Amino acid sequence: MQKQLAKMKQSLFDQGYLDEQFIQLEDLQDDANPNFVEEVVTLYYRDSVRLVQNIEQALEKNPLDFSKLEGYMHQFKGSSSSFGAKKVKTECTQFREYCRAGNAEGCKRTFQELKKEYATLKKKLEVYFQLARQAGPVEKACRPK
Amino acid sequence: MTVGEIRVDKENYDNFPVGMRVLAVDDDLICLKLLETMLSKCQYQVTATSEARVALNMLRENKDRFDLVISDVHMPDMDGFKLLELVGLEMDLPVIMLSANNDAKLVMKGVSHGACDYLVKPVRLEELGNIWQHVIRKKKSGSRKQNNQSVDKGKDNQTSGEVNGSPSTVNRDHQNGKCNRKRKEDEDESEDNGNDSDDPATQKKPRVVWSVELHRKFVAAVNQLGYEKEAVPKKILDLMNVGGLTRENVASHLQKYRLYLKKLPQQANMAAPLGVRDTAFMRLGSLDGGLRDYRTLAGLGRLRNTALSSSPYTMLGRLNSPTSNINLHNITQPSHTPHQNSALARMHPVLSPSSQNPSLFQGTPSSFDASINDSRIFTGANAFTDTSNFLNSTQQSSMMLHGNSVGFRNQSSQNMASFNQEPSNGGSIIGSSNLMEPNSLLSTEPFMNCARENNWTNGHYLVNNSIENMALVSLEDARGNVNERLGGERGQNYGHTLNNNSNMLGSMNTTTTHVPANNGIVSPFNRSLDQNIGILNQKMDMFLNGGLTGGGSTPMQQINDNGNSVIESRARTSENLFLEQHKLQGGFAPQSYDSLDDLVNAVFKRGDETTPNFDCGLDEFSFGQDL
Repeated sequence: MQKQLAKMKQSLFDQGYLDEQFIQLEDLQDDANPNFVEEVVTLYYRDSVRLVQNIEQALEKNPLDFSKLEGYMHQFKGSSSSFGAKKVKTECTQFREYCRAGNAEGCKRTFQELKKEYATLKKKLEVYFQLARQAGPVEKACRPK
Repeated sequence: MTVGEIRVDKENYDNFPVGMRVLAVDDDLICLKLLETMLSKCQYQVTATSEARVALNMLRENKDRFDLVISDVHMPDMDGFKLLELVGLEMDLPVIMLSANNDAKLVMKGVSHGACDYLVKPVRLEELGNIWQHVIRKKKSGSRKQNNQSVDKGKDNQTSGEVNGSPSTVNRDHQNGKCNRKRKEDEDESEDNGNDSDDPATQKKPRVVWSVELHRKFVAAVNQLGYEKEAVPKKILDLMNVGGLTRENVASHLQKYRLYLKKLPQQANMAAPLGVRDTAFMRLGSLDGGLRDYRTLAGLGRLRNTALSSSPYTMLGRLNSPTSNINLHNITQPSHTPHQNSALARMHPVLSPSSQNPSLFQGTPSSFDASINDSRIFTGANAFTDTSNFLNSTQQSSMMLHGNSVGFRNQSSQNMASFNQEPSNGGSIIGSSNLMEPNSLLSTEPFMNCARENNWTNGHYLVNNSIENMALVSLEDARGNVNERLGGERGQNYGHTLNNNSNMLGSMNTTTTHVPANNGIVSPFNRSLDQNIGILNQKMDMFLNGGLTGGGSTPMQQINDNGNSVIESRARTSENLFLEQHKLQGGFAPQSYDSLDDLVNAVFKRGDETTPNFDCGLDEFSFGQDL
């Protein structure tokens, strides 16, 4: 279980889905906050749904309000990077670049990519947390301090 | 906070930084949660909120409740920088900015707004582990300031008496000619002093910043009591129920207010463009951002928008009680002649130095300029009715006084002469005074501002883009005039100045000012008065900005909350400055006024003498004002 979990985590990192920030979050996890990381991620996916909707609506407008989009994306980037969603963050940065350049097509394309990454990560993390919960208590004990 | 809690905190404090109380503000819930957890991990006591308003309320409720504030830059309900300014201004707490954006421009903005640190998201635990250093640092510099203040106070008492809230700073700066230092010190002092009043018995009282809210309370109290009879400082103070405010503060403010009101009726006759006023205020509002930049303005001649915005603040700091005395005097002068009153009244409206100095207010909305352009002479009525105007004018004048006093003291009597004009003419003087001062005053520009203010007292309020031009023009004029003046007689100078000013006004947008031959004071005087006023205001602004370094940021911050308050403070300073100038002029003979009070008295005396002439002038003047 532990090994599986560790392996999965490693692959997520290797594939670039997560970055160092995720480890920071895990470090914050302790007896007082046993499921901290999971809580954060859950909160993120819940909170960002609204944001994604806003962006989608804004992308449907014509012409595009780039400054507004940039604002949304700034926020999105902030949340995503706060728990280490690396690929999502990258797409956010790309999106903002297109916004600054006024490239509507680029924005829309990037956003599609972003949504894909966003969904993929969500699934992977769900699996991860499930595994973590199962392996949970034991994992704590085994974790090298 | 219960006693128990306090005790716990104290205990924690022994282990500082353990238990340091942090207020975290971020609209992003994920980031907020993360921040909160991380801070807890660092063993700080965390309070987290996603709304800046809530955070502000918490801070205002109890200033001692937190040691440090961490805030995000992008927030929907309030700009992070604004929050930063307010916290620094009102509570003087260290603030750390947070942002996902690490654009150098934003970092610079954060620093210039007073942030102790700027962190880029995602924040790491290690970074948060060291933030307590900012609290220590702030405390250390705070105590140092206190020491300086007490030292200054002692010095001040000896030298200038109750000229201004931070005379020591001014004197020191003046002596050293270190504007930067002055500004910083003033700023520090203002921040430290805030609205606190030390022992009323001591001469050096911390400046009271008459923010819009405070002034509103004051006005409410006055109205409640009955302006005519019952509104005595003691009762007003009781009604206002504001901590840290002394009877003296209220008294001086009341004086200014009375003068302001006197001018109003006169101006009421004139068409006061409300738009201008509004825009002026708007402008002030826009100054908020510039507040921090004020620091960079160090010197004279550095009139930038930010400077402007900051100047009101600095003015505020300075303008407190000491200046108010002066203002009072000056204001009463007009009573000699109705014209004088109107002139003075006009002064106020003009105030919004901020509006006046386009150069200063680069950031101000263009609409403001547009409306102002018309060289509409702002009648006192409109201006005055505006609280902010009042505040601004008083502040400005005090500033002027303050600044001028610094400059004037060193300057020759010439300056004085120019000012004298003002009182006697009831306002025409300003122009001339401008000329006199430029060199001596912090810089030409500041001087110009002062000069403008003088004009301003004439009651002409030139709000608009032209002001900018005028400012520039007047500066030029002033410079030219000064030269002339230095050589020539006062009377001539006055006329000359006036002419110049009028020229400037006439061609607001032209920078060429032709200096007409020295005419009789009266006729050119009138024209110039109008113009001068505008110029004066501008100059005032410039003056304020340039001269009053330090102490600016604090008051300004408060004001920023309301664009109006910014204006108010500026107006006040210009008013004060104006008054000061008047006083100087009143002397006609070079005198070194150690205190503004003397100046004021001198000015007033002069005014009496010259009143008759000016009446005529004023008539013309006022006529011409209506554009």
